[in-house]
Amino acid sequence: MAPMKNKYMNPYLAGTLLGLVLLLAMVLSGRGLGASGGIKYCVVSIVGALDRGHADKSAYYSKYFENGQKPLRNWLPIEVLGILAGGFISGAVSKRLKFKIEKAPGISRARRLVFAFIGGLFFVYGAQLARGCTSGAALSGMAVLSLAGFVTMIAIFGSAYVFAWFFRKNWI
Amino acid sequence: MAPVSTLPGFPAELDLLIGFIIGIGFGFALEQAGFSSSRKLAGMFYGYDTTVIKVFFTAAIVALVGSQFLSYFGILNLNNVFVNEYYVGAAIVGGIIMGAGFIMGGYCPGTGLSALSIGKIDALCYFFGGLTGAFLFAETYPMIEELANGSYRGPVKVNEVLGVSPGLFTFILIAAAIVMFWLAELAEKRFARPDISSEL
Repeated sequence: MAPMKNKYMNPYLAGTLLGLVLLLAMVLSGRGLGASGGIKYCVVSIVGALDRGHADKSAYYSKYFENGQKPLRNWLPIEVLGILAGGFISGAVSKRLKFKIEKAPGISRARRLVFAFIGGLFFVYGAQLARGCTSGAALSGMAVLSLAGFVTMIAIFGSAYVFAWFFRKNWI
Repeated sequence: MAPVSTLPGFPAELDLLIGFIIGIGFGFALEQAGFSSSRKLAGMFYGYDTTVIKVFFTAAIVALVGSQFLSYFGILNLNNVFVNEYYVGAAIVGGIIMGAGFIMGGYCPGTGLSALSIGKIDALCYFFGGLTGAFLFAETYPMIEELANGSYRGPVKVNEVLGVSPGLFTFILIAAAIVMFWLAELAEKRFARPDISSEL
């Protein structure tokens, strides 16, 4: 198969598009973009549905159910639904919709899936602690000149570079 | 004056609809950039593909410059735009945990969702891992509450800490980004992996 050139959008153009979406979020809703926060609301909602007593007793969960609130009726989880829809539209337009396990040739599919699970676990755990992930803390934070945003961005990328050496067999 | 959601009488339901539309734009931009590919994202940390830094800094600068212009012309009141609060320990430790998750999983939460939307099975595992991570955080919250809420500094801005105006800091950031983009191009040549790039 001949290598396809320019399959994805030019990075500076895609970055401009992403920046305009972020600017629109600031102008319309007075906030930045998010992803891990939406995942948190999903978990809060699931825990509340499975064991409401546990949620009401917990200092962490209970604040999301105060005054009859519904965790999924918030900006972030609905925005996350939008991310899935927008990604799907983009994949359909660019003919990239395909069930696939993406991995380096040297590792097994099981290894890739296990590391993907652990990676997601670590990332969202860290994002709850730092009150935002690459989108909510780093990108959106930098756009409003938040010191927390810059510090979190440097910590994420610095840490990933350090750990990259240990996990190099997974990728290169 | 914007933010539109702060205008008197603005219905809360409409803000949720805006969230959905913003999400569509966000997911579309991430997928078009190639962020639905974990091997493309991981390239940032081995040098063979530096799309991440180009997209990330371009986006931050576009939103930063755009919001300052809108504020200057009296269209956007930046005092009503959320500024992330700084908890020193939580930002640093949380960031380090996230970096480890990034290199193990190959995605961050947003890019993982865009990958999930086009059918990546590894992104589905990443998503379930993410749900588990949020659950573990909630369950271990009493143990790490001190770290999470300690060393609070408020919604402090980076330019204030450095004692410069927002405009001057933005200018410095743009100059730094140009240098980083140039270094990124050099890295892509130095660490080129045609075998990987041809598969992305």
